[in-house]
Amino acid sequence: MSFLYTPDSVAAGTTPAVSLFEITKHFGRFAALRGVNADFAPGKLYVILGENGAGKSTLLRIIAGLMEPTRGEVRVLGTKKLREVAMRVGYMAHAPLLYDELDAMENLRYFAGLYGIKDDAMCATALLRVGLDPSLKRRVGQYSQGMRQRASLARAILHDPELLLLDEPFSNVDVTSAKDMASLLGAMRDQGKTIFVVTHQAPVMQPVCDECIVIAGGRLTTREKGIPRHLLSPYAAEARR
Amino acid sequence: MKAPGTFAVSRSTLAKDLRLEWRSKDAINSMLFFALLVVVVFSFAFDPTAEESRKIAGGLVWVAVLFAAVVALNQTWARELRNNVLDAYRVSPAPANAMFLSKVIGSFIFVTILEVLMTPLFVMFYNLRSIGPLWELAIVGLLATWALVVNGTFFAAMSIRTRSREIMLPLILFPISIPAILAMVWATTQILTGEYSPWFWIQLLAVYDVVFTTVCLVLFEIVLNAE
Repeated sequence: MSFLYTPDSVAAGTTPAVSLFEITKHFGRFAALRGVNADFAPGKLYVILGENGAGKSTLLRIIAGLMEPTRGEVRVLGTKKLREVAMRVGYMAHAPLLYDELDAMENLRYFAGLYGIKDDAMCATALLRVGLDPSLKRRVGQYSQGMRQRASLARAILHDPELLLLDEPFSNVDVTSAKDMASLLGAMRDQGKTIFVVTHQAPVMQPVCDECIVIAGGRLTTREKGIPRHLLSPYAAEARR
Repeated sequence: MKAPGTFAVSRSTLAKDLRLEWRSKDAINSMLFFALLVVVVFSFAFDPTAEESRKIAGGLVWVAVLFAAVVALNQTWARELRNNVLDAYRVSPAPANAMFLSKVIGSFIFVTILEVLMTPLFVMFYNLRSIGPLWELAIVGLLATWALVVNGTFFAAMSIRTRSREIMLPLILFPISIPAILAMVWATTQILTGEYSPWFWIQLLAVYDVVFTTVCLVLFEIVLNAE
């Protein structure tokens, strides 16, 4: 059963930050997403959970405009033409999307240029916000996994996007850093940003999560306020079964 | 914030690519090694007189450059695939053809450096003395290099998501470059031998460059965003 269209989840007169209508994505014979319908109100932090291969990353890539759905329609910040709103969207993927041979500041300076930003101070601020030192001359290839993830987050938030799409931002990040990153995301949500976080570490996001979405077999199966208890400790739930 | 223009993005992408190459030396090292190998192997295979050299050098030079350029063109896109960095470009508002332009100019610089370094070796190994004017050779060099890198950059981008991209690129690139290859080889040979005017071939190269640069610029967005 696919998740039902929920117009009441978005206040009347408000344009949803993201609207999905019958989104289906096939890779050959494999259906990664099957008729996903949903509206997402702006200014909220959504946590997307699900098993490996459930379709979480595919959904995020479709919203980011990196992938065309096989069927269906996606509207981001009120438009179907995703290129028009690219300036207002930030995306962080599984991979760091950074050049190994450049240091963090050089990376951010380059990506800032892609958004028409010429101010070095914005790059430095983004790095400071994720807890990295802008004066660090070490190349990204020599960073630890956790530092790479943080540099990658800095790249995604560099242009102060209204919509932030994060695919597993906490993988290989230690607990303290993950909590710091989650608080930063909470603060950004409080400033009115809409944030989607795909993660397997639900407890980290619990304090800041507005809505939890569960994807299974390419369908949205659960959508609840906050993260349900059984999803906070999936290993314990699995053991009780 | 305003969306950046094509030339601003091209400039910053080119500067980034040059910096990456300066630090890694991936493209230039493999190109130089490959071209050097071709020159040395051919010089052992043939033992031409000065007259024979002038007749075959056009072919030899461009074969060496063509194969070496393929190595460099694959490297240019390979670094965009590491860490999926290309996705960061694709989600940005930067114009697709800005990236294409910067990659073409970057590869043009690398291949030109290779040609400058290889020319003295060719002259030495093959005892080359041009009968025609050298400035005509320079024009052929620039136009021919542009023809190779424009098509090469475009088709390398097309083949980056295929499994055997190193094989795919020459398979697609060489057939489509036949008019340009003919023009560059004949123009070079005719300048070296001084027997006929090379201008028909030079004009053909110029037309080829204009047509393929325009087509590639127009179509590149489709290639960049293809799944």
